Amino acid sequence: MRRRWDRARAWLDHRTGVDTAVRQFLYEEIPASSGWQQVFGSVAVFLFLVQAFTGALLAFNYAPTPGDAYNSLRYILTELTAGRLIRGLHHWGASMMIVVVVLHMVQVFLYGAYKKPREATWMVGVVLLLVTLAYGLTGYLLPWDNRAYWGTVVTTRIAGSAPIVGPYLTRLLGGGGSVGVVTFARFYGMHVLLLPPATILLIALHVFLVRKHGVAPAPGDEVLPRKKFFPAQVFKDTMAIFVAFAILYTLALVARVPLEQLADPTDTSYIPRPEWYFLFLFQTLKLFPGPLEVLGSVVLPGLAVLTLIVVPFLDRGRLVKVTKRTFAIAAVLLAAIGWGGLTAAAVATTPKTQEAAQIDYSTPTDWLQLTPPEMAGIAYFRQERCESCHVSGDGSSKIGPDLTQASIHKDAAWMIQHFKRPSAMRPGTAMPPIQLSDAQLNSLAAFLLKLTPANASALGNAPEFATAGALVYQAKQCGGCHMVNGNGAKIGPPLNGLAQRRSRSWVEEHFANPDALSPGSMMPPYSLSPKDMADLTSYLFSLPEPQ
Amino acid sequence: MEDVPSPIPIASAPKGVTRRNFYVGAIYGIGAAIAAALGIPAAVYLLFPPKIRQADQWIEIGDVTSLAADSPAEMTFRHNRVDGWKVSSEKATAWVVKHSDNSVTAFGPQCTHLGCAYHWDDGKSEFICPCHNSLFSIDGKVTAGPAPRPLDRYETRIDGKKLLIGRLIVPERQA
Repeated sequence: MRRRWDRARAWLDHRTGVDTAVRQFLYEEIPASSGWQQVFGSVAVFLFLVQAFTGALLAFNYAPTPGDAYNSLRYILTELTAGRLIRGLHHWGASMMIVVVVLHMVQVFLYGAYKKPREATWMVGVVLLLVTLAYGLTGYLLPWDNRAYWGTVVTTRIAGSAPIVGPYLTRLLGGGGSVGVVTFARFYGMHVLLLPPATILLIALHVFLVRKHGVAPAPGDEVLPRKKFFPAQVFKDTMAIFVAFAILYTLALVARVPLEQLADPTDTSYIPRPEWYFLFLFQTLKLFPGPLEVLGSVVLPGLAVLTLIVVPFLDRGRLVKVTKRTFAIAAVLLAAIGWGGLTAAAVATTPKTQEAAQIDYSTPTDWLQLTPPEMAGIAYFRQERCESCHVSGDGSSKIGPDLTQASIHKDAAWMIQHFKRPSAMRPGTAMPPIQLSDAQLNSLAAFLLKLTPANASALGNAPEFATAGALVYQAKQCGGCHMVNGNGAKIGPPLNGLAQRRSRSWVEEHFANPDALSPGSMMPPYSLSPKDMADLTSYLFSLPEPQ
Repeated sequence: MEDVPSPIPIASAPKGVTRRNFYVGAIYGIGAAIAAALGIPAAVYLLFPPKIRQADQWIEIGDVTSLAADSPAEMTFRHNRVDGWKVSSEKATAWVVKHSDNSVTAFGPQCTHLGCAYHWDDGKSEFICPCHNSLFSIDGKVTAGPAPRPLDRYETRIDGKKLLIGRLIVPERQA
């Protein structure tokens, strides 16, 4: 068997040379000092491959046009098995790639590995860093949610403010300062058609240069025998890749990647924030007010990139031991402090409360269609801990019956009698009576009648502010005058779409004194506790727009 | 990797687990684990059908009293077709037969051979597919031609005068 295998390999190698090529690649000689500090380049290449793979998988279920992009991403997240994992890997993989590429550069910088004759290797590396950032910039738009849209509006404006080339950049990015179908197509084209082949070519060139000059030695290496790349160094690279992959996989499984509401170009209240690795640029902008802004947005970052490119020509000294490179260490520390400080300042100044309550659209949002009584029913359902005895269609079993089963969905009157005196309606049942008022039990019954095996988990996603807000809505009998999701009266204005008509502060002031803000209004004033006010307003602002 | 004739002879190659063997094993093992951790979810993602979150819907397609007994009629209706992330409203048709006992059968409008649209021939009292001359009796059975199975049927329900249809049921192959 083994002999046959060897003969097959020999045959293949004779025809293609593949075995010899692989062996030449693996048995490269490297300096004796090589070790764990040199693993980051391999990890970056690995992460690039993960991005390419997960990106292709996403593209298989993604429609690259505004609107459809959002719907297809929601389809990936809420209806496809493992879709959430694939998107999580792609999202966190992008962040991790930035981290690893920067670590790789820091290592090369500290060890002075960019010095003669390795200047070109370093410069290609800087271009690869820029390409990595370009992926982040273009990919940010592709979910086409509010975050993506408004973040990109800012980016394209910054590009447009660049001296001399600004107007051309604006045109290249697809329009006169507005983000629409053309910009979207350009960003998508860049992200999937232009950047990947560019990355592959640049990585090939980068690795070719590394091989041409060999891995940079440390002082003292010249007197030690050289090592082989395989297997000891490959093992170290593989271990580092494994650690990176384990972190990435955990993030993708555990950390939820949000999807905000569909991009709304009319939403004037939205405060855009870039991805975390661009926050420092965002903060730098604030240091340069008015006409100086172009300094912070274009000139300084441009100079920084230029400096990075010419590093090998600024530092032409001979090879020095890493521990003696005080200046290099200081430069890295300063850069880290500057970056960290700016990022921390940006995070600290991010306003906590958004106008509209944040809804996670990366999970099914069937709960948005519920009427206020049904939504309040979820609150009572949770308050009375119904789920400690009942399941809702997930196949497991508990003491009580599955609440999604049609057989227990009788009419509301029967259910209310059953809630009050379970044993009277179902002799022998172990269910205790529920101590709620008739109106409250009515809400609970309304919710349970809505439950089906298909929507149970989607309705369970209803956030706390919505159920609490619906409780206030029911308690204050808002439905006596207003309509929500087709439920209520038409005496006052319908409340769907309120977020598009009014600001949050207007609505909150209006509760206290309706007549002052809309003269002639029949609505009585309401004094609400701060929490009730916040919950009710958030709930009303989360209502879907009228069809 | 010991079986690969290395161009550089290894100085010491003792039997059992050497450091080199351990390295090579770890490299292959971790590589395989990562490939599986990515490959299995990818296969699941591409091959598993999407979760159907639309509950079965009954669509009203017409007035059942307007039908004559044992005389198939083509009825047109609109339904929502779920196509990936898109839900589109589409025109669709069904061939509806009211039987003498007032029960109703609704056939899917496509021949079970290659999907051509068939029609009812009053003279021959048979459904005729013009593409390859498949013939179906009034109860949907294949009487001639290449069609492999009887006509597909919609689930039907009568609510007062209204005729409602549900899912399209594909029957087994006809013996």
